[in-house]
Amino acid sequence: MIEVEHISKIFRVSRRNSGFKEAAKALFHREYEELKALDDISFTIADGEMVGYIGPNGAGKSSTIKILSGILYPDSGTCFVNGRIPWKERKAHVKDIGVVFGQRSQLWWDVPVIDSFELIKDIYDIPLTTYRNNLEELIALLNLSQIIKTPTRQLSLGQRMRCEIAASLLHEPKILFLDEPTIGLDAISKLAVRDFIRKRNETHKTTVILTTHDMQDIEALSKRIILIGKGRLLMDGTLDDLKSVKAEDSIDEVIASMYRKYDIA
Amino acid sequence: MELYKKYFGIHFRSAMQYKVSFLLTTIGQFLVSFNIFLGIYFLFARFSSVKGYTYQEVMLCFAVNIMAYSLAEMFARGFDTFPSMINNGEFDRILVRPKGILLQILCSKIEFTRIGRMIQAIVMFTYGVKTSGVPWSVDKIITVCFMLIGGTALYSALFLLYAAVSFFTIEGIEVMNIVTDGAREYGKYPFDTYGKAVLKIVTYVVPFALFQYYPFLYLLGRNTNKVLIILPLASAFFYLPCYLFFQIGLKHYKSTGS
Repeated sequence: MIEVEHISKIFRVSRRNSGFKEAAKALFHREYEELKALDDISFTIADGEMVGYIGPNGAGKSSTIKILSGILYPDSGTCFVNGRIPWKERKAHVKDIGVVFGQRSQLWWDVPVIDSFELIKDIYDIPLTTYRNNLEELIALLNLSQIIKTPTRQLSLGQRMRCEIAASLLHEPKILFLDEPTIGLDAISKLAVRDFIRKRNETHKTTVILTTHDMQDIEALSKRIILIGKGRLLMDGTLDDLKSVKAEDSIDEVIASMYRKYDIA
Repeated sequence: MELYKKYFGIHFRSAMQYKVSFLLTTIGQFLVSFNIFLGIYFLFARFSSVKGYTYQEVMLCFAVNIMAYSLAEMFARGFDTFPSMINNGEFDRILVRPKGILLQILCSKIEFTRIGRMIQAIVMFTYGVKTSGVPWSVDKIITVCFMLIGGTALYSALFLLYAAVSFFTIEGIEVMNIVTDGAREYGKYPFDTYGKAVLKIVTYVVPFALFQYYPFLYLLGRNTNKVLIILPLASAFFYLPCYLFFQIGLKHYKSTGS
């Protein structure tokens, strides 16, 4: 259960014009511009739901994920994840969640993937039998048996992403955050990742929150969509709600017209 | 501790993936500190003593200091590379894992190549122990051990401070190197060599003298106050303000995310 109540977050971004003189001036006096990353966002996500969290670049998707995973504090508002405030009870909270950042690896670069898994087992204090069962299941479903003995740096992006997802599920989190999990993947890897996420959601009732720019991800995975732009929540509904805006177009075009409608492109 | 061992294993295997690089860096580390050693050697070839300290005594002092520094660098290297962890987002990963933040940063990097500097230090230390004319008794051996512990703790605390500063500014942290690298360089001679003002700073501001100068006097028998045996441990208290500062930095990070 995720409850987000009126969360706001303001970043101060320092600005200066180009040139040496301006740079020197900035040393002593910085001009800040306030940027509303999140502006009064509220939503509730029930256990076992799969939600697509979408919006253009800079809309505040990552900031929301960071707040929900306890990395950031909001300036105002609050949120509860399984009854806990993420940034107040960090350790207990993070045992319940798995986070995949599509652009960054959580595996150790120079050692075989299985070594990383073993270390994650110790970091999360996963009991041995639980670990073995989970590992076996993940290896079978994500087809990892050939690659877990390879050092991470020698894996292709698709192989690595499958390992990343496995790594964040070893401790059986109730909630999985996926930040652009299909970015840069080829068609086969994308399908494999989507297929796995859907199955995981069905069999384990894992709550999944997915940010992506790939509309096929959304179509394949989530019934519910939360659209944000310029830090504001614009739409919280189903894929069909979205499609009803302009039935005949592809979903990419529907989204693009939404962005234009709300002037957030 | 169990977890630290596991991390240790991972880092060791990683280091062994690049054997040539590991070897060359280790030799490089050895040569760098060997250079410093040569500097002292040639100085003493002309002057028989500096401020009443003989060549062998300075060797001993230098060796203890450099050993503490390389131990800290080997095991607290994670603090030293912390700015890049903030830059590339690795720190966010640490925050979403259910273990202590400092422990995870410590574990994020273990620098085995510092063995090179360590070997150099051990050679000098052995030489100093044998030739400095110190009559080695139990209390003096304990003093040396405490000097190493206190020194390693102090240098680690400075690395922690360095990490804390990087929460606020990425560009300004070069200033911190003045303190850490500076202390390593100046620490080769007992601190009273540099005059009263410096000695005051390294006693009351950044307490290097507590593990280097005062217990060293005890080793040489120039001061027989027994308090000096445990004084080096006091320099570990410097960790406290550094830790607090780190916590403030962490709070700042969590509110700005950059």
